[in-house]
Amino acid sequence: MRQGARRAIGVTGVLAALVLLWEGYRALALATGATWPIAVRGTGNAQQFPHVWDIVLAYGRPYRGAGETLGAFLVGEAGATLREVAVGFALGVVIGFALGTLFAHSRLAERALMPWVVVSQTVPFLAFAPILVVATGSIDALPDWSGVALLSTYLVVFPMTVGTLRGLRSAPASGEELLRSYGASAWTRLWRLRVPAAVPQLFAAAKVGATAAVVGAIVGELSAPGAGGIGGALFDFGRVSNNALQLFATALAAGLLGIAAYTVVALAERAVLRRFTGVRA
Amino acid sequence: MSAGEPALAASRADAGVGGVVALRGVSKDYGATPALAPVSLDVAPGAFVSLLGPSGCGKSTLLRIVADLVEPSAGSVTVAGRPAREARERRDYGMVFQAATLFDWRTIRRNVELPLEVMGWRAAERRARAQRMLELVDLADVADLRPPQLSGGMQQRVAIARALAFEPALLLMDEPFGALDELTRERMQDGLLAIRARTGTTVLFVTHSIPEAVFLSSSVVVMSARPGRVLAEIPVDLPEPRTEDTREDPRFFQLVTEVRETLRRGVRP
Repeated sequence: MRQGARRAIGVTGVLAALVLLWEGYRALALATGATWPIAVRGTGNAQQFPHVWDIVLAYGRPYRGAGETLGAFLVGEAGATLREVAVGFALGVVIGFALGTLFAHSRLAERALMPWVVVSQTVPFLAFAPILVVATGSIDALPDWSGVALLSTYLVVFPMTVGTLRGLRSAPASGEELLRSYGASAWTRLWRLRVPAAVPQLFAAAKVGATAAVVGAIVGELSAPGAGGIGGALFDFGRVSNNALQLFATALAAGLLGIAAYTVVALAERAVLRRFTGVRA
Repeated sequence: MSAGEPALAASRADAGVGGVVALRGVSKDYGATPALAPVSLDVAPGAFVSLLGPSGCGKSTLLRIVADLVEPSAGSVTVAGRPAREARERRDYGMVFQAATLFDWRTIRRNVELPLEVMGWRAAERRARAQRMLELVDLADVADLRPPQLSGGMQQRVAIARALAFEPALLLMDEPFGALDELTRERMQDGLLAIRARTGTTVLFVTHSIPEAVFLSSSVVVMSARPGRVLAEIPVDLPEPRTEDTREDPRFFQLVTEVRETLRRGVRP
């Protein structure tokens, strides 16, 4: 309980510091006409650089003259984005785990395929995001949002592959020998020793993957006209209606979505580790 | 070489089978470096044979060859009358390593159940057997704890319970008490002999402690420095059962001296 209180104070402190930084910079920019400390176009304009509290209050106001509030609208769009994130993340975890397991058992496969997994990360995925979205969009059997989900998958596979490989390799050699002395098959050794030993690293990779999945989905939506979701909203407010207040509110929502995805995995980790070690993490 | 050790003599008479463990000209090279000179050895049913030698003499390698965890470069290995590979796959032996090698994500009970799980036993039978084994090593009260909550000596007792869980006729032990303090070590030795008196398990035991080898064994195999070869098999004729008094027995000290002198010959030729 005391630890919880200390944590709450820490989080509040950081939030207060961020608000102060924003408002301080805003005051400076408006006072100097955005020439000091550095010249940033647009920040000298109060419309383009709203107060923090105006951004927060914007959630409660209708976002299109009348009717639905921005908050309600964003919750709906976040739901669409989350569906892409969830499907893309799950697929990425499965593919990354399968690749990592293959590489852990076959040096040949690792040497043949790992370079391609690495190369895939050096290709700027923005470059082929639209291609992927359009290509999957032309397949009738798949839902419209599958291309966006695949972009999430793409960003999840790499950390999961590396995390799985390192995790499985971290299993102690003595444990392998013990199981071999029982005549255990490679399959048994994988599930009784290597996977349990890899759990901490699997979760570390999944946490990286969860935030990456949100980035993948939002960028996918941004590059897919009419995809909707949080990315679609960012595009509309930024490029179409040019509403800074709503744009910032949406960007903040995107950040919260990333934190939410991370938190879900972190909570799952805690539950699993508690069962695993019998000790509260 | 001392002749006439009853167990060894009996095993040699048992032609074709050659005891629970039969090694014929077993050697191991790592590249061009010989680690183990050709070794022949028999372990009779019910015997307690120690492999004793200086560090790096290949005694652990020899044990791992018996366990089919290391391939010999030459020679033949028979365990329970079968090739080592087959014996391992049929679970003819239980093994205890220098480190307890318990899985931290399992409770003590489920660590003891591990070999039974691998062998596909039913949950109720596994549980009953694990309970019995934990009682045997006097650890039934910590069954639901995790390995990090136990002392080193307790962890090693769990490892012994685990190795005995499927009642193998042969127990392979690789310096199992090497990491323990002297008092705990002696208590563990007493415990091991008590368990053996009840189970009748044949034991092949690797150690570099002379008193430990003499106290525990029916026969001590003394090995030379690397590349290891057998200098002598010294029968231990101390009275059974071995007790605290055995450690004070003049014959015990005589045997310790005999083993030590044999060992020295191997280190300084």
